[in-house]
Amino acid sequence: MKNMGDMLLTRPPFSEIVMGNTALVRAMIESGTRVVTSYPGSPTPEIATAIKSIPLDRRPFYFEFSTNEKVATEVAFGASLNGHLATVFFKSVGLNVAADSFVQLSLMHLVGGMVIVLGDDPGVNSSQNEQDNRHYAYMSYTPVLEPANPTEVYCFYKEAATLAATMGKAVILRLTTHVCHAKERVAFAGWTPPAQPDNTPRFDPARGPYIPLVSAVFPKKRQALEDLQRVERWVDERNLHRTINNGSARGIIVSGMVYLSVEEVLAEVVDKPDILKLAMPYPLPSRKIAEFLAAHEEVKVLEELDDTLEKEVKALAFDHQLTTRVRGKATVEDWIGEYTPDKVRDILHRTWPESIPPRKTAAAAATVPIPARPPQLCPGCGHRSAFHAIKQALPADDTITVADIGCHTLGFQEPYRMGEVLLCMGASPGIAAGMTLFNTTRKVVAFLGDSTFFHAGIPGIINALFNKHNLTLVLMENGTTAMTGHQDHAGSGRNFNEATEAIPVRQVLAGLGVQHIFETDTYQQQELADMMRQAMALDTFNVVIARHPCMLLFARKQRKKSGYAPHPVRIDQQQCAQIHTCVQEFGCPSFSRAADGTVTVNRELCIGDGSCIQTCPTKAITR
Amino acid sequence: MQPFNIYLCGVGGQGIGLLSEILLRAADYAGYTAKAVDTHGLAQRGGTVISQIRLGGVVCTPLIAERTADLVVALERHEALRGMQVALRDHGTLIYYNTSLEPLGVRLGTESEVSTDDIDKVCGQRGIVSHSVMQPDIPDPRMQNIVVLAHIHRHGLVPGLQTEHFLQAMEDLLTGTMLSANIELFQAA
Repeated sequence: MKNMGDMLLTRPPFSEIVMGNTALVRAMIESGTRVVTSYPGSPTPEIATAIKSIPLDRRPFYFEFSTNEKVATEVAFGASLNGHLATVFFKSVGLNVAADSFVQLSLMHLVGGMVIVLGDDPGVNSSQNEQDNRHYAYMSYTPVLEPANPTEVYCFYKEAATLAATMGKAVILRLTTHVCHAKERVAFAGWTPPAQPDNTPRFDPARGPYIPLVSAVFPKKRQALEDLQRVERWVDERNLHRTINNGSARGIIVSGMVYLSVEEVLAEVVDKPDILKLAMPYPLPSRKIAEFLAAHEEVKVLEELDDTLEKEVKALAFDHQLTTRVRGKATVEDWIGEYTPDKVRDILHRTWPESIPPRKTAAAAATVPIPARPPQLCPGCGHRSAFHAIKQALPADDTITVADIGCHTLGFQEPYRMGEVLLCMGASPGIAAGMTLFNTTRKVVAFLGDSTFFHAGIPGIINALFNKHNLTLVLMENGTTAMTGHQDHAGSGRNFNEATEAIPVRQVLAGLGVQHIFETDTYQQQELADMMRQAMALDTFNVVIARHPCMLLFARKQRKKSGYAPHPVRIDQQQCAQIHTCVQEFGCPSFSRAADGTVTVNRELCIGDGSCIQTCPTKAITR
Repeated sequence: MQPFNIYLCGVGGQGIGLLSEILLRAADYAGYTAKAVDTHGLAQRGGTVISQIRLGGVVCTPLIAERTADLVVALERHEALRGMQVALRDHGTLIYYNTSLEPLGVRLGTESEVSTDDIDKVCGQRGIVSHSVMQPDIPDPRMQNIVVLAHIHRHGLVPGLQTEHFLQAMEDLLTGTMLSANIELFQAA
């Protein structure tokens, strides 16, 4: 088997099939990155998987999962002030969490330089929105490089690192889901480990000011704005923007992975427009764009998500008094979803119907309905057990349940309908508090995971105590960050690199002054239901901890032990009265119901946790 | 030359990722320029997993346009029908492992399960060649992906890929008893 860690540390030049996230790690190594931080979130966790493949004693940089994206950004910032090239990576909405610190970075001289790697998610594959993080670049005067494929991820990170280190700045490398997860053969340069890394803490207040207060802000803001012009020239000199000249009077301006869709669509087009492919969508190369506009009668701006590029291109055309027709987004749909080859074909056909052919419409097929496959809680998941129990305890129509981010978010689906409103990480205690105001008839219950508790949940809990909000918080404590691939968190007893003291959730709550803390094993459904009834009868803030290690992770560890034998449950057909609680209300994917009502267990799915046994009214589920 | 487009789909946990990477690496060993992309948003939680591979010819993007896949590889029956409806060209080839992992609506009795007849019907209408694969006696259901791989190899469903290319790819990705068990199954299936 090829060893990823060895591959990433290869010294002579080589090539390998890698995904964008892996190519990024090789680029970090070649660039001499010293500190890397993150909080897990799709589409970026495989960056950490690649880092983990390098044993700790051979890893050329320090890496940590921090408690949230803001802290991760601060750790990377601190390291950069001491002269280390630092990188922080997280998912799209992670930048919202990091924003308070992030927006200050351009007002500071970052001695070692800093690269912020973002995993934006056009198409909403695994996020709560498809926000376009280029807006943050505008707000904070931070340059953005935008690669289209794994090769460019590798090259552009190195460019971003050089730019950041040379100018003492933060630079964004904006990836999107299918850039992170694309795979191709990438040619890598050689790498020589530095003989003696410079560990000198080089922070020097004289290189500041680092206290951005009142009038100290103006010179730094001036500097940040002037830097943008230097960045613009630098990208030009590095020839990172590309012009593809097909000798046409029409042009397309595009960047990132959308460029690949354009290439694909134009492959079979005879009258090909020229293309200006931008490596950096902010700051834009104004002169290059003006020249491109001047050389064409008509220019289409093809831009995934929002219209930052279009607005600037139109403004440039106006400023240069150009008569070029600039064509941007035409309908609301142009703002929505990933710009796949199909979507780009539709848009280009609509723009230039006579030269860009439409989709080849496929022959109409028989309409056999295909059931949708929403993601669900895993077979044996403790959250299912908890939701099933809690549902028994909640008064049917006079309870409001508030969701948070994590696997337990999936409880909103049938048959549980637990957690009916969701904002973002750690928002549930706050939302729930608001829903208790003037509310004397409907009890409010909030759900929160343990990784999220540490990430952003604690301020909402403190607020509930401080302002005496009467609600029940159910803390689903499974000891891991399950949704993103089981990363350890502050309560796990391990960090990315070594064993640590687990920070006990219960003691944190007690220390904050929570008077009523109930705690039970997630799988003890009767006890959990009883505790919920007691908790909801109280008229003060209270917490119910439903605890068990994530069963998926737990079962995986069991399977690796010698002598392991699977012990799935089975249905005693003599006992089964076909009440269907297991299928209809408990709803574990392991149960199937035949047309005649017979229930069977899918042995491929059942992990043998047995949490279903207690749900059967006729005790027909057995080992 | 037009690229050869392979669209793979299944349910989280079935091993679409491994199957896809074996095919990608086998294609690379066979001398193709190949690009791939995985879509696995919340796959670990029982959602749909999709992987796309494009090889040969001029491949710009790894994303396959609607109904231009030459081959759809599915590890489950509902996903087979979904995959061929979304991605497969008329007169293309479908290979699927004939098992059913019930989607939520089927389990709750609000939607009907997809049957092999449903798949055969659509294949007949669209001139699709269908290969249904099943081998109940395998040691671990998570090896169904290798049963499908063996069938792809035996029937030459990806042009130009020889035995040694598959084996080299598997050796890149697996080790120890996992490697030997999977190679044994690949050669026997």
